[in-house]
Amino acid sequence: MSQQHSGSGASERAPSGLTSSAESSATSERAAQEGRRRLSGGAQRPDRRRVVVTGVGVVAPGGVTRDQFWDTLTAGRTATRKITFFDASKFRSRVAAEADFDPLAAGLTAQEIRRADRYVQFGLACAAEALAESGLELTEEVLENTGVVMGSAVGGTMALEDEYVAVSNTGQEWLVDHTFGGPFLYQALIPSSLAGDIAHRYGTHGPTQVVSTGCTSGIDAIGYAMQLVQDGEADVIIAGASDSPISPVTVSSFDAIKATTPENHDPEHASRPFDATRKGFVMGEGGAVLILEELEHAKARGAKIYCEVTGYASRSNGFHMTGLRPDGLEMAEAIRVSLDQGRTNPTDVGYICAHGSGTKQNDRHETAAFKRSLGHHAYRTPVSSIKSMIGHSLGAIGAIEMAACALTIDRSAIAPTANWSQRDPECDLDYTPNTAREAKVDVALSVGSGFGGFQSAMVFSRLKEAA
Amino acid sequence: MTTRAVITGIGVIAPSGIGADAHWKTILDGGSKLGRISRFDPSSYPVTLAGEVPDFDPDEYVNARLKVATDRWTWHGFAATQEALDDSGIDLSTLDPYEAAVALASSSGGNEFGQGELQALWSEADGKVSVYQSIAWFYAASVGQISILHQLKGQCSVLVAESAGGLDSFAQATRTIRRGTKMVLAGGTEGPLSPYALTCQLSSRRLSVSTDPERAYLPFDAAAAGYVAGEGGAVLVVEDLEHARARGADIYGEVLGWAATHDGRPSRPGYGGDTEQVARAMRLALRRADRSASDVDVVFPDAVGVPECDRVEAQAIRAVIGEAVPVTTQKAQVGRMYQGGAAVDVTTALQAMRYDMLPATPGLTDVAPGCELNFVREATATRTDTALINARGFDGYNTSLVVGRYEA
Repeated sequence: MSQQHSGSGASERAPSGLTSSAESSATSERAAQEGRRRLSGGAQRPDRRRVVVTGVGVVAPGGVTRDQFWDTLTAGRTATRKITFFDASKFRSRVAAEADFDPLAAGLTAQEIRRADRYVQFGLACAAEALAESGLELTEEVLENTGVVMGSAVGGTMALEDEYVAVSNTGQEWLVDHTFGGPFLYQALIPSSLAGDIAHRYGTHGPTQVVSTGCTSGIDAIGYAMQLVQDGEADVIIAGASDSPISPVTVSSFDAIKATTPENHDPEHASRPFDATRKGFVMGEGGAVLILEELEHAKARGAKIYCEVTGYASRSNGFHMTGLRPDGLEMAEAIRVSLDQGRTNPTDVGYICAHGSGTKQNDRHETAAFKRSLGHHAYRTPVSSIKSMIGHSLGAIGAIEMAACALTIDRSAIAPTANWSQRDPECDLDYTPNTAREAKVDVALSVGSGFGGFQSAMVFSRLKEAA
Repeated sequence: MTTRAVITGIGVIAPSGIGADAHWKTILDGGSKLGRISRFDPSSYPVTLAGEVPDFDPDEYVNARLKVATDRWTWHGFAATQEALDDSGIDLSTLDPYEAAVALASSSGGNEFGQGELQALWSEADGKVSVYQSIAWFYAASVGQISILHQLKGQCSVLVAESAGGLDSFAQATRTIRRGTKMVLAGGTEGPLSPYALTCQLSSRRLSVSTDPERAYLPFDAAAAGYVAGEGGAVLVVEDLEHARARGADIYGEVLGWAATHDGRPSRPGYGGDTEQVARAMRLALRRADRSASDVDVVFPDAVGVPECDRVEAQAIRAVIGEAVPVTTQKAQVGRMYQGGAAVDVTTALQAMRYDMLPATPGLTDVAPGCELNFVREATATRTDTALINARGFDGYNTSLVVGRYEA
């Protein structure tokens, strides 16, 4: 079967409304299953330690610092362009959002630059910016209880591909010539390098991990970090994600399944999430790091607290590696559980930072999930997809979107969905078209949807002190 | 009261054999399972040995449609999962799909498949990858496919902390169970044997170039000169204790505690890691397991076979647990399966508990200075209640896991 699942039969034609008589029996059965599930919960134990965000660092297309990133988003500027990293002329999709990143300007040492693939360089730059903002003093005691948890979907594929071309003599040899391999090829093979290199730079000794669940890697890495802090396995985690997938092999991979846009004539308007004319996603690159910290630890040192990480859940659709059913059941379940954990009412959600990849099926799936989990409040909640501006950086984007959520709460502004002009009847929510809004947001929800069927949700809330 | 997590099913697909029983028989029988790489002609490489899964027929476990869309590493994952589920006797149809999940570790993804696709892309001017590249090469491929095949729709995880992630997956499975999930598959498999993947591994300068399967990988021995890579691994069923008891499951043991630390310094030749951080992982794991050093009946070390790393690990074990505790490792026999190896060590520890037998450390004849430990030289009939397992990942990752005999 085709990898780009296009839906089939009754479920394909089912409208995306809250309820529908046209829902297929399979869908009803799935909904019944969901009903059964509602009784048991992912409720947070009341004695669990609370986790807050105390620093943010971002490298993204259109802005390689936190402030530049936020300027790009709130200005509604798009950073999608024609691919310049390599000659993409043989590919179906030839647009991408490339980051204007200078590792030296970002403070990396010559040895770090030599050793680290581009995605690791992003991670180092993000960690530096986030740590600096957090004001955390890295004493020996702090380092013992500080971990690093990063996400990446495709890891060192950029370096792996470059090196492959050399050792295989441009694909001519199956038995590649190892003598042409570079000294850091092993670091490219194992994505654990991403968290490892950050740990090396700061000398952290806490739990260190790389989470790689495809396009939900960013949310899942921050979720993993949140659970470590909740459970007392660490007091501080340098948490985030990074990816640099703009290389021939990854572009070709998404070409093959027609997930990326084939429209190359107008790159700046190529990423059109939730718009009726959307044609697929536009690849991006970048990274983000959040400093996750136990609440009392942060308060004791008088840290600036962006927000509290009040919920995280991930569910799998058990359906298809790349296809999505239009009903959004599993994503809705992830949202429901993540809200429950922080005892957050669906009606308290003030902003949804959508996955909004701009594929036909994703945006419809996600819209259904928002309605299913938030009910009529979904129609009153501003939603936006920052992928309209900075593209889809695979595993990194979840962390970049969580950075956007933290900034939304902190700076009282909602980034828009750029390039939105035509309403899709199946995508009928408020997608914050084209222009940023000022708004005090106390609860921001973000979701991710990835290959493998993973559906993740995370909730950031303005810090409320216990009464 | 904290929810307890127990292990109720074991699936091994490793150089030691297919299935838990075959694995146990192999390690008791001894004899190296390493051999000349058969997957491709290794003659042009300095490394020619590996541990391959013997007599593995993917068609027994993977249907034709999935087989073309997945790498060997995922075939191993499908097979190990099937073995583990069968062994546990769990009926997944009785579980809410959201209360079942899969959390596996992988160090490097679908290598053989990926190399084929890179070749297709680069060997011709108009070359392209196939429709399966996007779902076969990336690190989450096995977990995604297994979650779909078995309808495991709870919180899934893919951990890629080089060789340490195999243990981290048991920690993550237990965290997930403590948050309400009833069953999580943990462990990991690997497929590191393609010409390009081997080339990548060579650059770590940690692989043994020996051509003698009996002497190539000799952790803690004076002749240690690196490791031999292995393919495969193990997947285990980690289950909420109450759930396991309610269905009358046969319980292998309990996940008691764990800890992960980091050296905060990169691995490089001559530097064997931070003894204090390796020790701290063990200490913290024991504390969280509510066990003291004197409770430990056996240690399964990481045993990478790189002299400076072995010395650091031996020193850390002596510092935390002492010189008398039995230490055993079968890595010399089966190879280093990266993430899969840690899961196989968990398997062996549980089997030692079940059969009241500690397997020997094969190959060790002349303990290297600094590596003095109480190695199990011959399989020994003795009771094991508590086992400590170490796994260390390249570039500074250290994880320790404590598993124990289940007691009500």
